[in-house]
Amino acid sequence: MQITRPSRSGRSTPFWRDERYLALLGQAVFLAILVLLLGYLARNMLANMRQQGLGLGFDFLKLTSGFDIGEHLIPYDRSSTFQQALLVGLLNTALVSILGIFFATLLGLIFGVARLSTNFLVQQLARGYIEFLRNIPLLVLLIFLYTAVFIKFPRVREAVMLPGPVMLTNRGIAIPWAIPTEAFSIFARFLGIGLLLALLVYLALKIYERRAGRPARALLWACLIFIMITVAGWLLAPAQPLALDPPRVEGLRLAGGRQMSPEFMALLVGLAIYTSAFIADVVRAGIQSVSRGQVEASRSLGLNTLKTLRLIVLPQALRVIIPPLTSQYLNLIKNSSLAVVIGYPELFHVSGTILNQSGRAVEMIAVVMAIYLSISLLTSAFMNWYNRRVRLVER
Amino acid sequence: MAEEIAAPRQILPPPAERYTWLGWIQKNLFSTWYNSLLTFITLGLAYALLKPFLTWLLEQANWEVVEVNFRLLMVGQYPPDEIWRIWLLLYLLAAVVGLSWGVWVRGRLALALGLLLAPLLLALLPIATPSARLNLVAMDLVAVAASRLGRLGGPSLRRFAAWSWVIYLVLVILVVRGFALTPEVMPRVPTNLWGGLLLTCLLTVVGIVFSFPLGILLALGRRSSLPAIRAVSVVYIEVIRGVPLVTILFMAAVMVPFFLPSGITIDRVLRAMVGITLFSAAYLAENVRGGLQAVPHGQFEAASALGLSGFKTMTRIILPQALRIVIPVLMGQFIALFKDTTLVVTIGLLELLGIARAVLAQPQYVSYQREVYLFVAAIFWVISYLMSYISQRLESVLGVGER
Repeated sequence: MQITRPSRSGRSTPFWRDERYLALLGQAVFLAILVLLLGYLARNMLANMRQQGLGLGFDFLKLTSGFDIGEHLIPYDRSSTFQQALLVGLLNTALVSILGIFFATLLGLIFGVARLSTNFLVQQLARGYIEFLRNIPLLVLLIFLYTAVFIKFPRVREAVMLPGPVMLTNRGIAIPWAIPTEAFSIFARFLGIGLLLALLVYLALKIYERRAGRPARALLWACLIFIMITVAGWLLAPAQPLALDPPRVEGLRLAGGRQMSPEFMALLVGLAIYTSAFIADVVRAGIQSVSRGQVEASRSLGLNTLKTLRLIVLPQALRVIIPPLTSQYLNLIKNSSLAVVIGYPELFHVSGTILNQSGRAVEMIAVVMAIYLSISLLTSAFMNWYNRRVRLVER
Repeated sequence: MAEEIAAPRQILPPPAERYTWLGWIQKNLFSTWYNSLLTFITLGLAYALLKPFLTWLLEQANWEVVEVNFRLLMVGQYPPDEIWRIWLLLYLLAAVVGLSWGVWVRGRLALALGLLLAPLLLALLPIATPSARLNLVAMDLVAVAASRLGRLGGPSLRRFAAWSWVIYLVLVILVVRGFALTPEVMPRVPTNLWGGLLLTCLLTVVGIVFSFPLGILLALGRRSSLPAIRAVSVVYIEVIRGVPLVTILFMAAVMVPFFLPSGITIDRVLRAMVGITLFSAAYLAENVRGGLQAVPHGQFEAASALGLSGFKTMTRIILPQALRIVIPVLMGQFIALFKDTTLVVTIGLLELLGIARAVLAQPQYVSYQREVYLFVAAIFWVISYLMSYISQRLESVLGVGER
């Protein structure tokens, strides 16, 4: 029998049946269609904008904004520019996100561990909390908290006083706050020196730890040194560096302390408890992923419960927890944009106002999307870096 | 020599552990001193939280606002003469669910009875009108009949049952919108009259139906060996996942008119649907990609050894396995989509939450936020919980995750 073999030199595959050429051709066609489509959309956009007398460009960000923002962390008034307004919004987003992430992690940890408790009642309470929050939309929760809880508090005159004093009113919640006095600058120097020294000690002990090969409790010593210098600074300063400023009622308004608007409180509480339910499930799954044998082995090595948890279970659980935790943090940051519905001036809300004032829809949406995208990418880059540090290093 | 090890005379039964009420309480609530402490603290906490809530619920809450506006909350301003279409769709839903049950699930009497109980419970609500009660009971009968039919047909109906879902989902949109055969029969209902729970469900259904194929395509694109296609997929997925849904909805509402040639406009509801679909597709793509990565590489090799083309390898070998693996994740994504539809209030659509806000804007109902929002939250909670519960049950029935 004769077997025909493809000859190396003679009839090779014609190019219209060669997969390599076809792949190139396919991609070229795909890209061409994509570019044509985008070009068509862009052309329409430019034509429409010309029709409405709009140009494309970001110069308008330097114009005067002309609107007020209720809450700002940096100086701002209606004569500031759009750019500054955006920055105010961004800082508000950052504030609510950082606080939200902190409280959500705390609550999530508590409820995630409680979900695994051997105590039936505790376990069921945690389960109810998680199941309730996971199955309702965040927006419903936010609107409910805002319209049915935080602005339903009594008026300022009849403010509810909690020990602290914390005041609950329909104009917001006020907590005592420390305000710096003129002696603060000296105290601040002590703080700086303390931080620097603590850092140096920490690094030195870490190096010693690696050389000597035995634990040196670097973190503990660093904290102790920082606390000691802080206390020394407090005592050595000519006057008390920080004065306690309790909230009080002045006429029809709240004064003193730190006041938080109902919008901010509703957003913070809503984001924190909603995300905490998801984090609780992440934590539970992480702890459950550590096999029981690990606990038993560590107990038989003589480690006590606390050390087992700290040295054996948590480091292993953390590896499983970090990636989904990252996406929950990112969700929280992105969900903070829902504040637009209850009127807290974060990034999305402020940019909506700018859009209305300036009429620059295309540019504003591009700016907002770019900012959110960079926040997301930065956060996930940071969490990926952290994840690489705690990841299991296999041989 | 070796002595034989004496076998035990008789094999003792394992010691029976007997639970008594007191034993259970002791074991689960008061096993150690700190557990006892926790029990008391939890009891105190539960009492402190539940008591004001229950007193409000039982004594102060006034549900009149929900009763009066019930139809508005359910279907928005959908013309009353055309409500029968919604009932028709509900009947069809009962039939499709019943058929699928009979074909795939069977048995599981407790779960089936639970599902059948849901319409009956709704019929018992004081709000229900007599005709609504009749319809709800009849729906149950349809479901039972369909499941009998599915059982008789058995595996031969599998393909039909799967397709019936696809057909049903398409039919939902057609029937709600109306296809105007004649001006009298099935006239078009303009989308600005769609609202309430109906619009919420429509946005969900459209989101699921269209984002699913798009998500699969994107997932395949991300794993493609062709750099151009992979790059475009990666950029799309990462950009969409990096921005909040409200910005995309906002873009769909504000920027889409800019992109179209002048003179052409797209309906507001449709724009929201496009936004939700594009958003959800990116997340689905990542879920499907997880499933694709879980299919062992040997499957590809085996398929190409059998001489299957690339397309056939994907559709016949890889995707069925990949999708089966990710059913739980996909269900979770669909539940998230259902909850995310509330965000269309930011662009002024009146779905369930939007209608609730509109109801509360009426001067006579200004102070009924608690009742209305609790009602809305309860509806979302029940539907989401049912979806996740049924998906968990189906996973165990269909043996998802096992091979």
